[in-house]
Amino acid sequence: MNDKEWEELEKAYEEWEKKIKDLPQCTLPLFKTLSDIPLKLVYTPLDIKDFDYLRDLGLPGEYPFTRGIRHTMYRGRFWTMRQFSGFGTAEDTNKRFKFLLSHGETGLSVAFDYPTLLGRDSDDPMAKGEVGVCGVAISSLRDMEILFDGIPLDEVSTSMTINGPAAVIWAFYLITGEKQGVPFYKLRGTIQNDILKEYIAQKSYIFPPEPSLRIIVDIMEFASKEVPKWNTISISGYHIREAGSTAVQELAFTLMDGFTYVEEGIKRGLDVDTFAPRLSFFFNSHLDFFEEIAKFRAARRIWAREMKNRYGAKRKESLLLRFHTQTAGCSLTAQQPENNIIRTAYEALAAVLGGTQSLHTNSMDEAWALPTEKAVLIALRTQQILAYEIGVANVIDPLGGSYYVEYLTSKLEEEAYRYFNKIEKMGGMVAAIKAGYPQREIAEAAYRYQKELEEKKRIIVGVNDFVLENEKIEIPLLRIDPEVERRQIERLQKLRKERDNIVCERKLKELKMAAKSNENIMYPILECARAYCTLGEIIGALKEVFGEYKEEAFF
Amino acid sequence: MEKKKIKILIAKPGLDGHDRGAKVVARGLRDAGFEVIYTGLHQTPEMIVNTAIQEDVDIIGLSILSGAHMAIFPEVLRLLKEKGAANIHVFGGGIIPDEDKEKLYQIGVGKLFDPGTKISEIVEYINNLFKEKGSE
Repeated sequence: MNDKEWEELEKAYEEWEKKIKDLPQCTLPLFKTLSDIPLKLVYTPLDIKDFDYLRDLGLPGEYPFTRGIRHTMYRGRFWTMRQFSGFGTAEDTNKRFKFLLSHGETGLSVAFDYPTLLGRDSDDPMAKGEVGVCGVAISSLRDMEILFDGIPLDEVSTSMTINGPAAVIWAFYLITGEKQGVPFYKLRGTIQNDILKEYIAQKSYIFPPEPSLRIIVDIMEFASKEVPKWNTISISGYHIREAGSTAVQELAFTLMDGFTYVEEGIKRGLDVDTFAPRLSFFFNSHLDFFEEIAKFRAARRIWAREMKNRYGAKRKESLLLRFHTQTAGCSLTAQQPENNIIRTAYEALAAVLGGTQSLHTNSMDEAWALPTEKAVLIALRTQQILAYEIGVANVIDPLGGSYYVEYLTSKLEEEAYRYFNKIEKMGGMVAAIKAGYPQREIAEAAYRYQKELEEKKRIIVGVNDFVLENEKIEIPLLRIDPEVERRQIERLQKLRKERDNIVCERKLKELKMAAKSNENIMYPILECARAYCTLGEIIGALKEVFGEYKEEAFF
Repeated sequence: MEKKKIKILIAKPGLDGHDRGAKVVARGLRDAGFEVIYTGLHQTPEMIVNTAIQEDVDIIGLSILSGAHMAIFPEVLRLLKEKGAANIHVFGGGIIPDEDKEKLYQIGVGKLFDPGTKISEIVEYINNLFKEKGSE
C-alpha cells in the first residue's frame, strides 16, 4: 500500500471506531487471550504494518518456515497419529499397543509409571501403590522385551516419555531392537530426555542439572554416531503449560531450554549440524484457538532464525522445528466428561492448523483416570475425522495472512524475546531454574487463572457455569488391579535370582568409573542393560556419583 | 485476645510431580488468612506425619493425582494414630473416583475435593470444621 492508501485506511478505521464506541460488548467478561494479551474487535493491515511476506512467512518448507517445515505438508503425509499409552504390566500395554496399531494408529508412544519415571524399581519402598498406575512399569530389559513382543521395531517409530532415566530406558529399547534383529541405525523414535522442563514443571528429575546435561550431551553424541534416526530430545512445552503457564511462557521457556541444549552440545565440541537435526519439540494445544495456532507458527520462525543466526547452523534440517502436539490435559473437566470430546477436537484442529508433525488427542475420561479402550478410540477417530473428512489439511497454513493470526504470531514472538532477554540477564536457563524464576512465573500464572475462574471472568462449561446439579459421572473408568504390583514385583525378583549377579556387579562398577570420568556413559549403560541390571540399580549407581536434586518448596 | 490462626499442612505424597493444584490451594488458603506450610514433593506418609507433628498443625491436606490414594490416605491415618496425633484432621484433593471416596470417608478421611473446586469452598469447609471443634 502507498502512503495515501494507508492514510485512507487509518481514517476509515477511526470512523468505524467511533461508531462502535458505545455499542454493547458484553458476551464475555474478558476479551483477552489466555496469555493475557488484550484483544481488539477486529484486526486490519494497520496491526501488521511492518509485515514483509518473504521475511516473515516465506513458503512452506522454506526459511523461516512459519508456514510449515515441509514443502507439501499434509498433502505428502498426514501428521503421525500417536496416542500416548501405558498402564499395568508390560503385557497389558503390549495388548493396548496392538489394539491401537490395528485401528490405524501410525506410531507408538509409551507412558511409564511414576516409579519408572523416577528411576526406581517396582519393588522400591517409594513405589508402593504406584506400580503400573499412571503408566506401564518397566524395571529391566526383560520388561521392555515383553512390552514390544510381536511388534517389529524396524516398522514402527516409538516415542518414550522418559527424562531423568532416559539413557537407561533407551538402552533397554535399543537392545530389545537388537534382540529382534534390528540394528541400532534402523531404529526410529524419540526419547523425551528434556531434563530442564522437569525442574521447571513436571518434576520427574533425579540428578542435579550439571550431570543431567552431561548425560544428555552423551546421548546426543552417541545417537549421532550409532542411532542416527533417533530424536534425542523432545524439548517440551507441554508440561510447562500443564503446570499452569501461559502460551507465551510455554513458548519462551521451551525455546530457551532448546537453546541451552544446543549451547551444551557446542560446548562439548560437537558440530551443531550433527545433532541439531535430531532435536524435536513437543507442545500443548490449549483452549485459546488462535493464540495456539500463533504459538506454533512463532515457534518455527524463532527457532529457524536463532539456529541460523546465533548458532551458525548450515544444514536446512538443523533449522526445522519439528513438533509433536498433545491436546491440553489440564483443559479437560471432571464434570460432564463427555464435553471433553468437543474440547479435544478443537484443540486438535488448532494443532493441525498450526502444522504439527504428530498428534495425541486426549480421551474424554482422562480427568478421572487412564482412558478406557472405547474412549481412546473416540480420541483417535477425532484425528481421523480431521484428516479425512473436513478438508482442513488440504491447503497449507490456511490462516497465514489473516491479520489477526499474523498479529498474534508476531506478538507472541515479541513476548518470547522479552523472556529470553530476562533469562539471559540471569545467567541462562540453568541459573534461572536454580533461582526458581520460571517456576514462580508459572505458579503465578496458574494462580491468576484460578482466580479468574473463581471470579467467573473466564467460563468453563460444566465447572463454573452451565453446571449440572448433583451430577453423577456415567462413563466407565479404567481401574488398575492391585494384582499388577504383585505380579510385577514377582517377575523382578525372579529376574534377580536368574541373572548372573557377579557380571551385574562388575558392570555397575564400570558404569560408576565411567560416570566419574569424561567417558560417554551410554556405552557402559548398554552393558549394564544387557546384563539385566535393573533400572533402579543403574540409576542407583549413578546417584552415588552424581547425587540427587532437591527443589526448594515454595508456593 | 487475638485468635490463634488455624495451621494447615499441604502435602504432596508419593512420586507424583503434579504440584499445580497443591500450590494454588496453598496460596489460596494463605490469602484467606490461614497459616500454611507446604511440604514440597516426593513425601512418604511417614515424612508427612512427622512434619505435621513437629509443626503442630491442625489439619493436613493431601494432594494426590496419581491414583495412589488408596495406599496413601489409610497409611497417613494409621501413622497419625500410632504417633498419638489422631486429633489432626486429614482432608484431600485430586482425582479420586466416588467409590474410593466412600471407602476413604468410612475410615475417617475428611472431605475429598474434586478438580474444579473453588478455593472458597475449601476455606468454608475448614472454617466450619473448626467452628464445630471449637464448640465441642
